[in-house]
Order: sequence, then structure tokens, then C-alpha cells
Amino acid sequence: MTSVMVSSPYVSPSKSLRQLMINVIIGLIPGTLAYIWFFGYGVMVNIILAIAFALIFEAIALKLRDKPIRPHLTDFSAVVAAWLFALCLPMNSPWWLVLIGIGFTMIAGKHLYGGLGFNPFNPAMVGYVVLLISFPKEMTTWYLPEVISGDSLSLLDSLAYSFGFADIQQWDALSSATPLDQYKTGLTQDLAASEIFQSPVFGTLGGVGWEWIAGGWLIGGAWLLISRTINWHIPVAVLVGLLIFAIGEYISDPGTRASPLFHLFSGSIIIGAFFIATDPVTAATTNKGRIIYGMMIGMLIYIIRSWGGYPDGVAFAVLLANMCAPFIDYYTQPRIYGSQDKDE
Amino acid sequence: MSIKLHEFHGGMHTEDHKAESLAPGLQQATLPAQLTLPLKQHIGDSNKPLVTIGDRVLRGQVIADSSSLISAPIHASSSGVVSGISAQPIPHPSGQCDVCIVIDVDGKDESIESQSQSQSKKIEDLSASELIDKIHRAGIVGLGGAVFPAAAKISRGDNLGIKTLIINGAECEPYITCDDTLMQNYASEVVSGIGYLQRILKPENTLIGIEDNKPVAIKLMQAAVIESAVAKTEVITIPTIYPSGGEKQLIKILTGKEVPAGKLAFDIGLFCQNVGTCVAITQTLEQSQPLISRIVTISGDGIQQPGNWEVRLGTPISHLINLAGGYKRNQSESQHLVMGGPMMGFSLPSDHVPVVKATNNILVMLQETIPFTPGYHDECIRCGKCADVCPAQLLPQQMYWEARAKNYERSEEYHLFDCIECGCCAAVCPSQIPLVQYYRAAKSEVRASRQALFRSDRARLRFEFREQRLLLKKQQDEERRRIKREALQKKNPKNPDTKTEVDPVQAALERVKAKKQSQAAEPKNTTNLTPAQLEKIEEADARRRAAREQRE
Repeated sequence: MTSVMVSSPYVSPSKSLRQLMINVIIGLIPGTLAYIWFFGYGVMVNIILAIAFALIFEAIALKLRDKPIRPHLTDFSAVVAAWLFALCLPMNSPWWLVLIGIGFTMIAGKHLYGGLGFNPFNPAMVGYVVLLISFPKEMTTWYLPEVISGDSLSLLDSLAYSFGFADIQQWDALSSATPLDQYKTGLTQDLAASEIFQSPVFGTLGGVGWEWIAGGWLIGGAWLLISRTINWHIPVAVLVGLLIFAIGEYISDPGTRASPLFHLFSGSIIIGAFFIATDPVTAATTNKGRIIYGMMIGMLIYIIRSWGGYPDGVAFAVLLANMCAPFIDYYTQPRIYGSQDKDE
Repeated sequence: MSIKLHEFHGGMHTEDHKAESLAPGLQQATLPAQLTLPLKQHIGDSNKPLVTIGDRVLRGQVIADSSSLISAPIHASSSGVVSGISAQPIPHPSGQCDVCIVIDVDGKDESIESQSQSQSKKIEDLSASELIDKIHRAGIVGLGGAVFPAAAKISRGDNLGIKTLIINGAECEPYITCDDTLMQNYASEVVSGIGYLQRILKPENTLIGIEDNKPVAIKLMQAAVIESAVAKTEVITIPTIYPSGGEKQLIKILTGKEVPAGKLAFDIGLFCQNVGTCVAITQTLEQSQPLISRIVTISGDGIQQPGNWEVRLGTPISHLINLAGGYKRNQSESQHLVMGGPMMGFSLPSDHVPVVKATNNILVMLQETIPFTPGYHDECIRCGKCADVCPAQLLPQQMYWEARAKNYERSEEYHLFDCIECGCCAAVCPSQIPLVQYYRAAKSEVRASRQALFRSDRARLRFEFREQRLLLKKQQDEERRRIKREALQKKNPKNPDTKTEVDPVQAALERVKAKKQSQAAEPKNTTNLTPAQLEKIEEADARRRAAREQRE
């Protein structure tokens, strides 16, 4: 007999930590493919660079912290964080931008707090926000979808561009504001929604291309729900929180406000709701708390989009809600079995 | 005829692995060469041995007993000679040894003739307290796993008044089939046992809860209920979901009621008993056979022939393993022995431990199927899957964070002591954190610190009392000396040293007064405090008082 006394239960979990992370990666694939389809290999280069840097940073941090490297690298949490971070970047971002962002994601966002499970803020969002504030020019240089511009970069071009071997000016003609950017600029110029939407960047639901990408995230999100990787509470609450504002505003002022559907299918609301806000480490953990947390994110996104200084607010909304998560958890504890309280 | 079933929160579906051990039916285990009977096989007070080395004992003879009510005597489970009374390895989560009576079995299996049997009244004429006494003397404990002395539980329930009697045949843990086998073979004994419980407790109705994965047992039990004369008794088929066999969960399923936190089922007029206990009661009352055997399941991937055996208590587990065809693997390192089910059982250090009253299942696992690497687990990612499955509706991960930080008071705030240790949280944890182990450790820490607090409180009281006593003695001594002095003075008035103008009584009083004043004037560290500080002290005192009241 083994002399090692192990405590019960002697049952393997149906989903290991690694399996959960792999599920998230699977969920990211349809949206990512759509993204690459519309915006070229630059997206893929970002993702690959980010993952490579993330694994290097993770390994260094684990080594410095005297933690086992192999099990932590193979739990794929770094890959998920890097992937999500890379999706926030403009395509064809220079390599150093990715490096700095990932550095903040992995070191400041994750390991300085004690590694996976201990970080109060969503690491990918920390890295993204640092870049957004520090490098506003690089972070707002977006490109038109290839279907509109008609140009497309080859994989080699994208790589050359990312590593600074190609002339930046050469492709500057391609750059453009994102649909949400244009919408925001239009709003500040007191244009009516119908006028703003004349621009070719807008499609049926959101921006051209963007609506398809959002559809991809939606498929991935459905997979996360079906595979029980996440619970429904957070994504539904985020969307409801956003829609409460969007519908209210649209009804009160349909002339200047975009339709709720535009809000839903533009920017990163869907990926935010299903993939970013649902990061379990930084979210609220009680089911009631998750609804409050999600609603808070949804509302904050709308507020930042409409009245804030940034065209999209998912990152800020998530970070603000992260701060509140422990507080929300404390006050939304479920009623325990046998408790005398009617309902807490 | 059926009642409305309710659901409890959480729970989980497990692969039940029950078919393997059910297939061969109930088998009778042979007598081993030696029986090892731990003195304590129940929850409560310890027994003292009544035999000495060299004594010949007969089957059913009481060999250890206690005067406490919360105890259950131990009987020799076969005839033979006592060859040792010493510490032996016992099946216990701690892996430690305890005093056992070892009997060298002579194989004759002679039974002790119960002299009282022939003289005593018929069972029908026995009063409730006489029935309880018989149950107590038979050493019957709750055979569902808790091994609480049955007589103590029944008399408590009798005092409090019982509305509903619940018989637990759920057997929700994977692999275990001993209750299923018992109901298939002893359905009428279960029902007669229920009849005796009804006679004592006089419940308004009786519900027998059985999970729907035991169709044969359900059919036989229903037939036995109809056949017998027990009144208002119903076999209720409940859905298969772990841990439906937990007392609190079964109560919720069958009645919709919840046992209030910190209270027991009695307090809301309910009484739960396992089906195996009912059979033991029947055998005691009808065949005057004390609890000397039980049904044990042997199952798991590592055993040749899984099955159920009726085994004498004290039989070494290695003997049972041999009956079941032995291990599948020869190297002992590659397998793991567990007593109980995979959810709530515990590891056994070796197979040289005996079957005790609590042994419902022996699980032989292959080493590689043990999910945990001792000492390493991934970090909690706060996914909340544990809270989704927790049948007590707790927040296991919050409890874990606090327990891990040794913040035991905070884990108590998260209702640590409402945890039933069912293991669901740890079973679904993607990071494979042995959560229940953390809770067990936290619970024992809290209990230890409560004990320490209790002891220090008691020590302080003692100290204060002693101080008071010494002061009183000093005063009395002084008083005596004064009286003596006065007497001497009266005898010897010419003593020039004596200042006659000062009344000695007055002087003594003055001295005491002065001393008191000086004591009062002596600065304490609580004088000259700001009102805010005083308020804080007051608050702290109130907290301490509240904590003490809560403990009491």
C-alpha cells in the first residue's frame, strides 16, 4: 500500500485548469479567423508575437519566483492573456509595442501580485491600458478592412512592418479610424446618426468587417457557455447593462444616437462580455455578484463610449469593475442551507 | 401515493460504478484466524475492556463497555481466546493506532446463551425505554457512516417528539452498494426495524428515501412495506444526485425543510436512521444478536472480484481482499486503499486494519487514478465551480482563501462549520485543490483554539478565585493576631511599649482604610484615557462578551 495519505475526494475534475484555458482558446478561434480575414495577417502577427513574448516573460517571472515553470507554462493561462491582449492592438503594431504591453500584462498585471489567481486586475487589460495611455498615436492607428481599402498585406509585409524593416509611410494611406472612432467624432461634431453612418466604414449592424468579427466572438461565447467554461451571468449582464442605456438613449433621441444593435456589434463589446469580463480571477464570484459586476461593465462601456474620452471603454470598464469585485462578493454572499434569514 | 420531492442546491452527478459489486449478490465471509476489535467504534465516550488476556470469549459476549450513555459496547464477534489488548492500527483518517482486543478465533463460533432471553418478556410487551435499553446493550450505532450510538439518538428523539421518521437508503456515493445489497436481502428486517422505531418514536409518518439507481431494492422494499403492518410508511424514489444521502440533503429532498444551521434534525421534528441500523435493531430484538457483523462492499479498479460480503466485525481487511480474489496488481505501491467511498472516504495505511462498525466500503484504487499530487496543486482561479455544486450553499473558495491565510475567524464567517465535507467542491475544482482537507484543518484549528480559550478562561477564573481566597485568609489571620494581641495587653497592662491612648481596633481599621485608599490611588493603565480610547476598550469588552456568549 502507498504510505502517502491522500485526502478525499479521490475523483478527477471533469475540467482541469488547462482544459478551461484550452476551451477559451477554442472559443477565440472563430472571431480571430474573421478578424484575420478582414484585416489581414497583421492580426496574426500580433497574436503570435504576443504569445511568444508572454511565454518568455512568464518563464522568467516563474524562475525568479522559484516556482515550477513547466506546469505553469502548460496551463495556457499566459497564452489566453496574450491572445486577448493582442486582439486589442491595432493590426501590424510594431514589435516593441507588443513587448511593452505584454511586459506589463505578465509582470505588473500578473506576477507582481503573485501570479495566476492572485491578480486583482485583468492582466490583458492592464497591458492594453498602459499602451493606450502611453502610446496614443500607435494605439489609434487602425486600418480599413481589406474589403474596403482593396489593399492587402502579405504575411511577409506584415512581419516586415511589425519589425520596422518596411517604410511606415508606404501604408499610411490605409490607416483609418475605427467605426466607433468615427461615430464618436461625428457625435462631437453634432452630426446626426444617419449622416455619420454615410461613411463606408459602417455596415449593416456595426462597422464593415467588425460585425462579422463580433459574430465570431458570439459563436465562441456560445461555445464557452455550452462547454460550461463560463456561467451565463456575466456575459448576459454586460449585454443587458449596455442595452439598458443604448435602448433608453435610442428611444429618447433616435436622430443622433446609434441603434442598440450598432453598439452591440461594434468595438469589443461581445468579446468583452464573453471573454474579458468573464476572467474568473478578477471577476465577482457569487452568481448574484456576477450580475451586478456584469451590469456595471455594460453600463460603464456605454458611458465611456458616449460621454468619455475614448471611443470604446471595455478595458476601463473591466478594470473599474475589477476594483469593485471583492466588495461585490462580500455583499452578495448566498443564503446558506439552514440559514434562518428568509433571503439575504 | 407519492409526495412532492424538493431539490437541494448544487450536488453533482458521478459515475456510480455500482454494477460491478452488485452483480455477485450477498456473500458470507469466512471467519478469519484473528479478530481485532478496537475499543471505540462509535462517536462518543471510550469503552473499557471487560476481559483480560487468556480469557475465552463467546460470540455475542460483551468484551468492552462504558458507563456513558453516549457509547456503544463491543461484543466478541466469534468465539475464541483473547490473545492481546494493545494498540493496533485502526481504520481512522489520522492513520494512528488505538487500543484493540485481539481474539484468536477457535472456529467453533459458539454463541453466548442469553439467559435473560428466556425469562424476559415478549418483544410486544416491552416498553419504549426497555427497547432502547436493548438497542444500547447490543452496541448498535448508526451504520450509515456516522456511527453515533443509536440508543442515545433514539432516546433523544423520543424526548423531543418526532413528526417524521426518515429512513436513509439513498446510498449516493459511487462504488458503495452495501445498503443496496442489504435492502435486497433484508427488506423485511428493514421494515420490522422501522416498526420498532415507530413504536418508540411514534412518528406521524415514515419516509424511506432510495435513489432511483436501485430499482430492485425499491421494488423489494415496497413489497415488504405492503406485506408488513407498518403504518403510514412510504418508499420514496429520489433522483440520483450526490450527496442526496447526506442527512440534511435527504431531509430537504423529502420534506422541503432545512435543518436550521447549528441545529439537528430533532429540532424540527425529524429523525433519520440508516437502513442498516434498522436491520441491526431487528436482529437484536428478534434474534437477540448484538451488532457483530455488517455488510461491506469491496470495489474499485484494483480488486479482482468486486462484491458484497457479510463480515464479522474485527475481520482484517486483508482477509476480505483475499475473499475478493486479491489485488489485480502485485506491487503494493501501485494501488491505494480507501475506506468509504471516493468522495468522503479516507486512505488506509495498509490492509492490516480491521473491519469496524463504520466500514461500509473498501475501495481499491489504482495509484494512477488518484488525481492529486500531494503537496502540489494549481492556484485557485476563483472560477466559482465549487460554489455551484456546494449542497450547503457555501462559498468554498472564499473559505479556502481564508483557511489558507490561516484567517480562521474569517472562514468561520463564511460558515466553515456548515460544511458537510461531502467533497463536491474539491471534485470539480479545475485547479485540483484539496479543498476539503483545508476545511478539515481549519476546523480542527478553530476547535483547538476554542479549547485553548476555554482553558485560559477557566485558568483565569481559578487564579482570581485563588487571589480572593488568599486575601480573605490574610484578613482572617490579621484579625486573629489582633485578638491575640488584645488579650495579651489585657493580661499585661503595664507593658510600657503599648500606647494605651490609641485604640488598637481603631488603628487596625485605619490601616485597612489607608491601604484601600492607596490601592485606589494607585494609577492603573486605564486611568487618564481619552474618551475615544475608553470607547474602544468598551467595544473590545463587548466583543469579547459576545464571543463568549456565542461559544456558550
